[in-house]
Amino acid sequence: MGNSARTPDVAASADFEEVQATEQFKELRKRHRSFVFPMAAAFLLWYFAYVLLADYAVDFMSAKVWGNINVGLIMGLLQFVTTFAITGWYVSYCNRKLDPIAAEIRHGIEGHEFDKAGNRVGGDTQ
Amino acid sequence: MISIPAAVDVAALKDTTLLNMGIFGLFVAVTMVIVLRASRNNKTAADYYAAGRSFTGSQNGTAIAGDYLSAASFLGITGAIAINGYDGFMYSIGFLVAWLVALLLVAELLRNTGKFTMADVLSFRLKQRPVRIAAAISTLAVCFFYLLAQMAGAGSLISLLLGISDWGGQALVIIVVGALMIMYVLIGGMKGTTWVQIIKAMLLIAGAAVMTFWVLAIYGFNLSDLLGGAVETAKNPAVLNPGLQYGKTETSKLDFMSLGLALVLGTAALPHVLMRFYTVPTAKEARKSVVWSIGLIGLFYLFTLVLGYGAAALVGADTIKAAPGGVNSAAPLLAFYLGGPLLLGFISAVAFATILAVVAGLTITAAASFAHDIYASVIAKGKADADTEVKVARRTVVVIGIMAILGGIFANGQNVAFLVALAFAVAASANLPTIIYSLFWRRFTTQGAVWSMYGGLASAIILIVLSPVVSGAKTSMLPGANFAIFPLSNPGIVSIPLAFLLGWLGTVLDKKREDTVKQAEMEVRSLTGVGAEKAVDH
Repeated sequence: MGNSARTPDVAASADFEEVQATEQFKELRKRHRSFVFPMAAAFLLWYFAYVLLADYAVDFMSAKVWGNINVGLIMGLLQFVTTFAITGWYVSYCNRKLDPIAAEIRHGIEGHEFDKAGNRVGGDTQ
Repeated sequence: MISIPAAVDVAALKDTTLLNMGIFGLFVAVTMVIVLRASRNNKTAADYYAAGRSFTGSQNGTAIAGDYLSAASFLGITGAIAINGYDGFMYSIGFLVAWLVALLLVAELLRNTGKFTMADVLSFRLKQRPVRIAAAISTLAVCFFYLLAQMAGAGSLISLLLGISDWGGQALVIIVVGALMIMYVLIGGMKGTTWVQIIKAMLLIAGAAVMTFWVLAIYGFNLSDLLGGAVETAKNPAVLNPGLQYGKTETSKLDFMSLGLALVLGTAALPHVLMRFYTVPTAKEARKSVVWSIGLIGLFYLFTLVLGYGAAALVGADTIKAAPGGVNSAAPLLAFYLGGPLLLGFISAVAFATILAVVAGLTITAAASFAHDIYASVIAKGKADADTEVKVARRTVVVIGIMAILGGIFANGQNVAFLVALAFAVAASANLPTIIYSLFWRRFTTQGAVWSMYGGLASAIILIVLSPVVSGAKTSMLPGANFAIFPLSNPGIVSIPLAFLLGWLGTVLDKKREDTVKQAEMEVRSLTGVGAEKAVDH
């Protein structure tokens, strides 16, 4: 790289395959994926269900619920509500389940617990 | 209380030109001072591209909202709701829900693996040269489409404010806007640009909040009455229902699906949004940025619902369509109706500032991508020093600025939200599959990345060229010609699945395997943030 922007990399000497094989890292990856994948699938399904309804079920979406407020408007506003709710849920999940374990692994690498044999010190990563 | 909309006298707008220019000039002067102050310490490439990674999550979140709430959101969505009713609301929802893709799948992992550009991440564990070139080309293409939309918005706004409808006059003002933008980026770099975004985002949200409150007050804070007012002015109850714009034929329904797909998958692949994640020090701050921006953007889109229907009720679709600037003039006309020339001046200055700031953000992204990915890594083969790279970036800014000015002069009065949706389609096709695959699919290879990026980019652009957007319809860019063999105006429904398919196909057909050490490194770095976070003391 033409840049020396990053400070000397603390992880340059780490054996990442070794880290990747640890139970702790596998647990972190599992926790991350078991949250984000189902959640992404769920909100995309809900969003596309909404788009399909607006597209092909116009009568249903146009049904008045209260005054001039119809089903379509309420479902549209519910998309806002679910977006905010999933955001909040994800942040709390990260704080409880992901950040602590990620920090532990990070400190382990920074503390040279996973250094390769024939430790090379410093240097850029790429 | 329901007032009867008085006619908005569009011709009277010309009398307020001086006031508008005064407010706009004040904004430029204030932001220029801030940019100058912010840029004092711009020394390294990290300073220039990533603002020295010195912003907090909430600052960066506000700047992301500033980047994202472009003229398309403000002028385009308000106009789309005012004219097409419910179908315009669809843009708001797609643009917002899309942030969940960025939050859950992309933002933090990307922050942890890259340095300055999207290509840093995509080429992390694949072959540097081909992947970097492909990522840089698609970055430049997406930025160009996005720039076109912003410049088209600038043209609309200017023609409304100054009553300039002749080509030369509009061109002159676009040149002035473009020149200002080049100055911001050259002087301020990412830090100055970020500060302009933050100020502008706050002004835009505040202005929209005041207008929303005002419109709701007219209708006694009763949303149902406001909708009733829109129906009454439009003399058409269908403005509240889906399908007014896209429900006419089976083809247009499919177009609506295509738009919906592009909107929700485009955001997390927009290079200028991705680059913003590098201006914060940690992944946790990147997450906080996204949370802030989701809050601000969601709030703003709720405002646009009220503003759009407010413009439909109080100004009326016919007046909006007849005004110079057409559909994009709904928000400024509503401001004029509510608060007279002063509010119009303020709102227009904010909209100008929006265009200026977004164009600056796009320009710095494109310049960084060219200088960092193409010049430093490919042309100079990694031997260029940081100073030369920044010098190349600055020159690129000037070139892109001139291209944006030319594009803006030729971009016609199409709805800017619609034009931005095309940029989203290109981004979702060219970038998203490779981003997702390289973060989550261990087996993914260089061939898969290259096929997916070029295939997605080419199919999206070719389908746009062959669509009614470019030829064959009254509203086309070339209304005289007709080579529109692709019936949909948004290519997403074809090009996005195609790009995912090509990425998969390219990988499974690839006999070569990628470096497993690099894959392990990328995965560990992306999830733990090691090396990208500030190290603790031992």
